[in-house]
Amino acid sequence: MFLCLIIFAFPTLAVEPDEVLSDPLLEARARELSKEIRCLVCQNESIDSSNAQLAKDLRLLVRERLVGGDSDQQVLDYLVARYGDFVLLRPPVKPATYILWFGPAVVFVLGALAVASYFVRLKRRADNDVQTPLSAQEKLRLGQILADTPQEETAVDAPQTATRTAPSGRLDS
Amino acid sequence: MARKLIFFLPIAVFVIIGGYFFWGLDPERNPSDIPSVMIDKDVPVFDLPRLNGSGVVGFDNEDLKQGTVTLVNAFASWCLPCLAEHPILTELAKRNGIRLYGINYKDKPDDAAAWLREHGNPYARIGADSSGRVSIDWGVYGVPETYIVDGEGRIRYRHIGPIDTAAVEEIILPLINELNK
Repeated sequence: MFLCLIIFAFPTLAVEPDEVLSDPLLEARARELSKEIRCLVCQNESIDSSNAQLAKDLRLLVRERLVGGDSDQQVLDYLVARYGDFVLLRPPVKPATYILWFGPAVVFVLGALAVASYFVRLKRRADNDVQTPLSAQEKLRLGQILADTPQEETAVDAPQTATRTAPSGRLDS
Repeated sequence: MARKLIFFLPIAVFVIIGGYFFWGLDPERNPSDIPSVMIDKDVPVFDLPRLNGSGVVGFDNEDLKQGTVTLVNAFASWCLPCLAEHPILTELAKRNGIRLYGINYKDKPDDAAAWLREHGNPYARIGADSSGRVSIDWGVYGVPETYIVDGEGRIRYRHIGPIDTAAVEEIILPLINELNK
């Protein structure tokens, strides 16, 4: 018996059987619409999932208006006229909510610009370094240094300490 | 110069975000207070029948346009905060002579009548809103809620939750006095 309960268990629905409309199409619209409408008592739940009395009343109201021939938008407008935009779980796009809707994108773009300008500057600096040619004096000095250096030291993997202490050869060879 | 100003940008961002946090942490702020969109609008069109056993008649939207400021209070016998504000409403009606109408929200008439007999009836009129539909038109989302309606039938203020003496002295009485001028 208990097993049966587990196997045939289904999530409890806030929508009660007596609320369900006989027209499946209208009922489906009512369900979709209810998910967009905030329960003002529990505030972070839609009226579709809330068990509050007011949520039930609003569900019935939504269905009544749909049966009466209202469009989805008309139902939402009806509720907004009474409870304000707060009743909508998805805030509408209008001047007062521009920051909410576009703020993150603006911050992202600003951040991307900052990162891009950082890399552009880094690249420009690197380019500048390469392009600066050695002066005649520097070339002369470089030639002297290269001429002084013993053959072994030009080997790239030669340990520096070893070459300094024993210019003629490697200690451990 | 402009280059150096950019170093103040993080401070500015911090101050703005911190300001919002500070506002959010304000213990005086009640996050469940939803601003009413009905403020300064006409009361909805409605006609509430009398509450049987209350001894007073019901009222409609025209009754609120008779030139007198009215305090409209949504209450129910099953609502405990309503009982808490009941003595304050009674005093407002009796001592300050304010016209007080009641909307009995989703109540059983017998329960409501018994509740009024036990605690006294400060309401000059009571409309029975058994389905709660008229209250939805007012924008009520829980009881108690109290509205100040001016003489022309416009909603001027809404109070959510039980009225306390602070609300009476700081908001309700000053506003009613101003509207009565």
